[in-house]
Amino acid sequence: MSHRLLITKTPKCYVGGAFIRSESGRVMALHDASDGFFANIPQCTRKDLRNAVEAAARAGPGWAKRSAFNRGQILYRLAEMMEARAAELAEAVALGGASQAQAAEREVAASIERVVHYAGWTDKYEAILGSVNPVASAHFNFTVTEPMGIIGVIAPDDSPLLALISLILPAITSGNCVVALASNTQPYPSILLGEMLATCDLPGGVVNLLTGLRSEMVPTFATHEHIRALSGAVNAADRKTLKMGAAESVKRVRLLKAEEPIDWFDDKMQGVEEIRALIEFKTTWHPVGA
Amino acid sequence: MPAVKAPTSLRRLFDEIGTVDQVGIEERVAKFTTRSLKKKSKVFGLRLAVSMVDLTTLEGKDTPGKVASLCQKALRPHDIGDIPPTAAVCVYPAMVKHAKKHVGGTSVKIASVATAFPSGQAPLKTRLAEVHAAVNDGADEIDMVINRGAFLSGEFGRMQDEIAAVVEACGQSTLKVILEVSELETYDHIRAASFLAMRVIRPGDFIKTSTGKTSSNATLGNNQVMLEAIRDHFLATGVPIAMKPAGGIRTAKQALHFLIAVKETLGDDWLNNGRYRFGASALLNDLVRQLEKERTGAYQAPWNFSEATEGY
Amino acid sequence: MPKTTSKTNPARELVFGDLWEYDPAPETADPKLKQRYDLFINGAFVAPKKGSYFATINPANETKIADIALADAADVNSACIAAQKAFVSVWGKMPGKERGKYLYRIARLLQDHAREFAIAETLDGGKAIKESRDFDIPMAAAHFFYHAGWADKLEHLAPGRKVAPHGVVGQVIPWNFPLLMLAWKIAPALAAGNCVVLKPAETTSITALKFGEICQEAGLPNGVVNIVSGAAETGAAVISHPLTTKVAFTGSTEVGKSIMRSLAGTDKKMTLELGGKAANIVFDDAPLDQAVEGIVNGIFFNQGHVCCAGSRLLVQESVADEVLAKLKRRIAVLRVGDPMDKNTDLGAINSREQLAKITDLAKSGVTEGAEKYDTGCKLPAKGFFFRPTIFTNVSMSHRIAREEIFGPVLSILTFRTPEEALEKANNTPYGLSAGVWTDKGSRILKMSAQLKAGVVWANTYNKFDPTSPFGGFKESGFGREGGKQGLLDYLSVV
Repeated sequence: MSHRLLITKTPKCYVGGAFIRSESGRVMALHDASDGFFANIPQCTRKDLRNAVEAAARAGPGWAKRSAFNRGQILYRLAEMMEARAAELAEAVALGGASQAQAAEREVAASIERVVHYAGWTDKYEAILGSVNPVASAHFNFTVTEPMGIIGVIAPDDSPLLALISLILPAITSGNCVVALASNTQPYPSILLGEMLATCDLPGGVVNLLTGLRSEMVPTFATHEHIRALSGAVNAADRKTLKMGAAESVKRVRLLKAEEPIDWFDDKMQGVEEIRALIEFKTTWHPVGA
Repeated sequence: MPAVKAPTSLRRLFDEIGTVDQVGIEERVAKFTTRSLKKKSKVFGLRLAVSMVDLTTLEGKDTPGKVASLCQKALRPHDIGDIPPTAAVCVYPAMVKHAKKHVGGTSVKIASVATAFPSGQAPLKTRLAEVHAAVNDGADEIDMVINRGAFLSGEFGRMQDEIAAVVEACGQSTLKVILEVSELETYDHIRAASFLAMRVIRPGDFIKTSTGKTSSNATLGNNQVMLEAIRDHFLATGVPIAMKPAGGIRTAKQALHFLIAVKETLGDDWLNNGRYRFGASALLNDLVRQLEKERTGAYQAPWNFSEATEGY
Repeated sequence: MPKTTSKTNPARELVFGDLWEYDPAPETADPKLKQRYDLFINGAFVAPKKGSYFATINPANETKIADIALADAADVNSACIAAQKAFVSVWGKMPGKERGKYLYRIARLLQDHAREFAIAETLDGGKAIKESRDFDIPMAAAHFFYHAGWADKLEHLAPGRKVAPHGVVGQVIPWNFPLLMLAWKIAPALAAGNCVVLKPAETTSITALKFGEICQEAGLPNGVVNIVSGAAETGAAVISHPLTTKVAFTGSTEVGKSIMRSLAGTDKKMTLELGGKAANIVFDDAPLDQAVEGIVNGIFFNQGHVCCAGSRLLVQESVADEVLAKLKRRIAVLRVGDPMDKNTDLGAINSREQLAKITDLAKSGVTEGAEKYDTGCKLPAKGFFFRPTIFTNVSMSHRIAREEIFGPVLSILTFRTPEEALEKANNTPYGLSAGVWTDKGSRILKMSAQLKAGVVWANTYNKFDPTSPFGGFKESGFGREGGKQGLLDYLSVV
């Protein structure tokens, strides 16, 4: 019986619609649950982050202009791509060892459900968050939402797929672009997720997924002025660093406490309030006359 | 007058003259009403307003006797004090010769509405004949109505030609062109009609808001549209056109607001009765009443003023 | 298409002379001021613990009006404790409809005392009486009236979720609209069930402390509203106090950033309403006279002390000369002087410091090569005044095109296409407001969508309403004030 040598995959990060290695050439060795070598994961740098922000900036205006219906279709397509490769995703989630296979399947299922949930929000949140305001003067006055622009997402170590996608989805539902840093300890699901994002008709650059060390990347997330908001789950020290940096360009900050347990499966972790946190309100006045 | 080529559509005219935002201009004029006039400046304004009144009677029941008392009131608005005469009396053509007996040779001019006032719905020939008759009887000023039908149906050339014909019929008399703003309805239309009229009348001729015979008359808003049209026309051509709001200005306070609009829009050169008039009747007594209040320090009862209708 | 009216002949200029001058028309009602204002803590006026006071002056004549208590950290601590106690024992658990009735009362009492408040505002801050009378005070009352009605309807703000008040809210407000900014802050905070500790601006404390009297008159439970006057350190104490779980600040971007830094290690919620450098964009098809009025409202309202002032006029090249000529004629009839005179359009600059800042920036405009124009009108001998000023030939790199002047100084730039207008308008770290003037409806909607600003005034400018959310993009801050969007910033979604 002849043994065929298996082809191993070189994990690459999904940035600007392409699959890249870190510009630094650095990698982090990733091990499976039994501590065997699994793959080398890119150890991205602040320059990779900068490049990802550039990619997001190129993609942003076009994504924001897509119709809400179209954004919904694309997100639903993402769910289709994930469902088709759900088993593979579950294996990736289980790779970290912390998860039992069953738990991994549950996480993948919840992640797919979450994608479908937001696919349905794209053409509805505006009706809930926006308003027509009955001002006392002879003006028509309405408030609509607008995406903030580029959102920096920093995922926690746990729930490597569900947490990451729960942070990304509300941002892109409303037309933002995302530059995300995946779980430090379990980055491999983000590699697979990138492959699904690449095949779901999402324009390249709308979501950019980096792997690497939070300790190296957080200061750049904090101070990069083109990033308009930060969303993630990090520890107290990182929260402070991110908020200090955010002050320099009045960045919006929405950070959960990674040191406390977060139930990413909870329905409260999804919905219009999550979308609201990453949009701007714009109010327009116009006279009513003949 | 040189022949003026009429614009072929409102849109083209607006490309030249610009449009008006209704809410914006009403906010502007609301600011005039917050000006506060005290003491000398109030008396100056009230006296100025008196001197700008075209004291008007345009009733089917007008008689030579009614016109006679109107003329007396115009010459001497109040029996006490040094209140100036009004600018003019304004009557129907049949009453011109009667007015002439009383104010002829004085500073008070005789203005006559003509051109099938107030509708203008008579053949042009008839309208021009009426103008000739009024002028021949001694009218110093003719208040005509524009052909609103022609304007609203886009026949700008016809509207302007008719005005030009009346200009010619006026001879030496001053012309006031009534736009009848309530029938034009929008500020854009009022601005457009103002320009069309101004382009065929002479320096010192007037544009005028209303006949006083429709539901709405002079307001600060349409007054402002016309003042700004006059300003833009003057700055572009050097031709100063005069302005007459008419109808609905019944109180001294209102009149002062209109004058503040003139002061802040057209400036000092329009603060005289050669360039600005009020078409009014009841207004005169309220102006006199307020002047008497300023002179005596006491609020006045209406029956102290001749021709007052408020007897209660 | 070129407009025939743009060919103006200087020889045909209008005369805005002295033929008919307005006599002085001073507002003379009694503002019922006290010689000395103490801190309003726990429902009572109390002297500051250290006994320090500072003088507040009338910027129109530089005379002292009253002594104002200077709160230090210990006083702020008392206020925060009072607020926390009121929140826990009374306000936080009071049914919304009962809270609402207090707010309605406050709205009514502000209306009752409107004239007093208007005069106090003008005396202390320098703004023209007609603005404090017709805008600031009625709008402040309107904010309480609007938010009163929300108090028992909060569950409609976040569909499908529950909401809860934050507890004690620390608020720091600026000097440009003293009572109105107080209303913008306190009305939604109270409607949501929070208690507040508010610090008014150093130069304009009087109406905030008079508002304490209104709270007493309304029978508002002690400690629900606390007013601590003072300087920057007082504000810092309010913001950093451990009991203030939510902080709302209106003021400069510089201070806003320092607040963000100072709270970086905390979990406090923030709403920041910061500076602006708004573009007011006039297209060639705009109703030009109304655009000019909007330009005037945009930059000369409240002496230009407005964060959303339309301080950069972007005018399409083909009508630039005409707009400038119209603007000059319009500002010729603006009246600068005694703020208490009912005919004054521009009152006093709020403080000597602010006047120095405006003067310095205007000088930089000249130095950097822009062309300055002002009306040359006579200014009062005493007090802080600045003429309405227009700069032409301004380029995007000039300081006067980039920095917030917060005074009656307009920088005019030109553009040729909508795209260029958008690029110039958005070429700033600020994003508070913008104006667009055009007769073309679809262009308005496109411009509005692409302007990076929280408020877009189309064919109007500087309009405000309690129902209309206000607040910025980018470095103009975050969070909104007004409307359902603003109110939710005073609640946690649980």
